[in-house]
Amino acid sequence: MTLENQEDRLLPEPDPISRPFWDGLHQHRLMLQKCDACGAVRHYPRPVCDQCYSMDYGWQEATGKGTVHSWTVSHHAFHFSFKKDLPMINALVDLDEGVRLNCRLTGIEADDVVSGMAVEVKFDDVTDEVTLPIVVPAGG
Amino acid sequence: MSSLKEACAVTGVGETAYTRGTDRTPTQLQMEASLKAIDDAGLTPKDIDGIIPYLGGSAVAEDFITNFGIEDLRFSAATPMGGASCVAAIQAAVLAVAGGVANHVLIPIGRVGFSGPRIGSRVRNFPQFKVVGEYEMPSGAIAPAQLYAPMARKHMELYGTTSLQFAEIAVIMRDHALLNDNATMTKPITIEDHQNSRMIADPLRLFDCSQESDGGAAIVISSSDRAKDMRQPPAYIMGVAEGHPDSPSTIAQRPDLTTLGIAKAAPKAFGMAGVTPHDMDVAEIYDCFTYIVLCQLEDLGFCKKGEGGAFVEGGTLSLKGKLPTNTHGGLLSQAHVVGMNHVIELVRQLRGTAGKAQVPDAELGLVTGYGDMGDGSLAIMRR
Repeated sequence: MTLENQEDRLLPEPDPISRPFWDGLHQHRLMLQKCDACGAVRHYPRPVCDQCYSMDYGWQEATGKGTVHSWTVSHHAFHFSFKKDLPMINALVDLDEGVRLNCRLTGIEADDVVSGMAVEVKFDDVTDEVTLPIVVPAGG
Repeated sequence: MSSLKEACAVTGVGETAYTRGTDRTPTQLQMEASLKAIDDAGLTPKDIDGIIPYLGGSAVAEDFITNFGIEDLRFSAATPMGGASCVAAIQAAVLAVAGGVANHVLIPIGRVGFSGPRIGSRVRNFPQFKVVGEYEMPSGAIAPAQLYAPMARKHMELYGTTSLQFAEIAVIMRDHALLNDNATMTKPITIEDHQNSRMIADPLRLFDCSQESDGGAAIVISSSDRAKDMRQPPAYIMGVAEGHPDSPSTIAQRPDLTTLGIAKAAPKAFGMAGVTPHDMDVAEIYDCFTYIVLCQLEDLGFCKKGEGGAFVEGGTLSLKGKLPTNTHGGLLSQAHVVGMNHVIELVRQLRGTAGKAQVPDAELGLVTGYGDMGDGSLAIMRR
């Protein structure tokens, strides 16, 4: 399979709802949306609390601690900007706050990854403006 | 409105040659397939008064009005559920016809998955992928193989499902494609070939992934009353439903990674039809990936959750097995036309015109769709 779009790396296009999440990452803080009415934490950012239907919300900083729920190791880059990173681990991470991330897991060999392993969030400044969350083995 | 059970039938089917390479546009491909389906039904293009085009297939209802000279298109709709779209469109068509809005609804699909942009760049343009586009693709989780692999891994962890069981599905789909003159894959594969195929997104190997193909396919839905007097034996739609999984926009936030939207569609469609999975003579199950077949078999109720791996062992899905499945070769080995080829194959089985892949005396069967982040759809038909 050829990679026909030799464009720069894929970047998020934040909207007013998600902007505080991305601004938080830029400051190396993982911010999660929290319902003002019932306190439920939700992710990914969206307008309405599905527990109580309130549209009022604020943001709280996550602890950055979690465990691996599942993962994959990509051996094929579906975009040319990831070619240099292969093989690349993407993990679904259960954060202590009860929501998940889908992000890169680094600092470990693919063969050593197991579900349930403790990880912690770090920050990857991929451009001057955009920072992505990544996870590494806890205490590593 | 009373029950939709057997209110409508599939009265026409048509498909182009499926290829890996074409100079034609998706619109041309779906026009050709549509004209064939309309002719198969014994209709003329002007008889079509309802259309459900595939979002992402380039042609819209207006294109069909213009090309076919339709004077009064009375119904148009869209069912943007990726690979679940075609079978979900059957439900919408049945509602339109049974409700008296339209008489003959055309459901066309056409795409250039091989000759056009590849899946990794294509999906980013779908509005249904907006959430994944913002929060997952920047981290490298771009293509369906990468997004679905964690579901397959979780199933393997929880239930001991193995890659060899995925291989069983891939090999049988290929065996079936070899019986089909309109299949893009023409060489047999073995379990060993599957195990030696390169890893794409662990645990999914190349041979767990479906084809990228060019082609068009279309069907016509009419009322059962009209169908009795039309050109072909009707394939009566006994039950039809769609189902959306929890957290439909992203797999990452789904509480249970091993349950798909079709788990919600199955009780509705089987309930409407008044039959059970065990009554099926043939099954056409959306197979974008081997694992997705295995998971749907569980969600449909052919076996319990976690038993899909054991269920597919020993040739269950082969033509001579307990549940002949994807008798045309499926997306894995015939062609990827978003599962409309599955609908057409079911109709052919029920007409008794499936050629070398005919299941003897097939009376009852089902076809599923699966799309985007786990949307599902299911139609149960009888001859």
